[in-house]
Amino acid sequence: MTAPPDDCLARNEWICGAYLSSRREILIDAVLQHLQLTVASVAIALLIAVPLALAARRWRWAAGPVLATTTVLYTIPSLAMFSLLLPLYGLSAALVIAGLVLYSLTLLVRNILAGLRAVPEETRQAARGMGYGPLRLLLAVELPLALPAAMAGLRIATVSAVSLVTIGAIVGHGGLGNLIYSGMNTYFKAQVLTASVLCVLIAVAAELLLLGAGRLLTPWTRRQA
Amino acid sequence: MNTLSDTWSWLTTAAHWSGPDGVWHRLGEHLFLTAVCLLISCLIALPVALVLGHLGKGGALAVNLSNVGRAVPTFAVLVLLLLTPIGTHGQWSTIIALVLFAVPPLLTNAYVGMREVDRDVVRAARGMGMTGRQMLVGVELPLALPMILTGVRIAAVQLVATATLAALAGGGGLGRIITAGFNLASTPQVVAGAILVAVFALLVESLFEAGQRLALQRGREAA
Repeated sequence: MTAPPDDCLARNEWICGAYLSSRREILIDAVLQHLQLTVASVAIALLIAVPLALAARRWRWAAGPVLATTTVLYTIPSLAMFSLLLPLYGLSAALVIAGLVLYSLTLLVRNILAGLRAVPEETRQAARGMGYGPLRLLLAVELPLALPAAMAGLRIATVSAVSLVTIGAIVGHGGLGNLIYSGMNTYFKAQVLTASVLCVLIAVAAELLLLGAGRLLTPWTRRQA
Repeated sequence: MNTLSDTWSWLTTAAHWSGPDGVWHRLGEHLFLTAVCLLISCLIALPVALVLGHLGKGGALAVNLSNVGRAVPTFAVLVLLLLTPIGTHGQWSTIIALVLFAVPPLLTNAYVGMREVDRDVVRAARGMGMTGRQMLVGVELPLALPMILTGVRIAAVQLVATATLAALAGGGGLGRIITAGFNLASTPQVVAGAILVAVFALLVESLFEAGQRLALQRGREAA
């Protein structure tokens, strides 16, 4: 009988190079799944949030119910949210995405609405005076001016989504959360720490990426800063 | 819908409410965890935020802390703490994780509230010969109170959510009903647990909102 190898895996150390090299495939798969879940849910939330925010601004009576509903959704703890969706989606990635969409929606609708409302009335009147129709006013004047607030919402929503994906581990679709969950059950320290650090790195990268994108999209705000 | 009626019958079965795995016991654990950790977090965060806000220092720290808190997954912190030596001391890993996530909103809101107090009012108070302590307690604190209370409300809701997650890492609370439901592959139990958690969270939110409104109303009447 051969003696067990005396490396950091056998000693169950927190930081372990052998873990990184021997589990590279698993880690890459988990990161990719994590990114897919995050991007899909934030993208869907954005597609729903823009019309909702526009509707809430266009029809004053719609603003109250839209904001109240999203606030209630945001108050529900993530584990409960995923569980409530279980009868609808079963143990699937769609469940995790649906849950994350509901959370991101709140942040996006609020920020886009705040951005649209902050457009000065004079600017709107000036554009109308120059002969801008409603659609052109929206696309060329109002949306660009609402962009900084909307981007701030998008950043918060994306970073939160990266962190919330881990809870998807409860249904087996949690990206890096799956590794944290299985690492907890097997008391595998290197796996838990590596997956957690990767999670934070993804969040930081997403934040920086969106900050950069925001600066590129709103060149006029750079001169003031 | 079938799940709905199954969930209803789960919730109306008396046996599910009593005993060490029953709803009442789990609710008690959840309430206890939330209340104790809210108290600890307030004792840690509020004095620091008030002093920093009064001195006008450490603003970057107070604001960035919230961003960091958002980027770090709650679940990861719960599991990491569980695997450290702290994890062997019962509830302590859960309590530490809960406090860690309740401190940022408290700190940020209280700090911003203190800084947003009208500078003219502060200067007037100083001109009247008030000492730093008098200004802090008599002028800045009352004016910053709405923001401080908002921070407390956000922290309380955050605590309820984190305490739910603690069940995934072996902690107590209402989340245990959900995780037990997943282990039993019992959708009605999962949904019933989720409804209980959601109702509890919404109750806490509206309770704090009402308390906030009451406190501000009292303050306005006293003024």
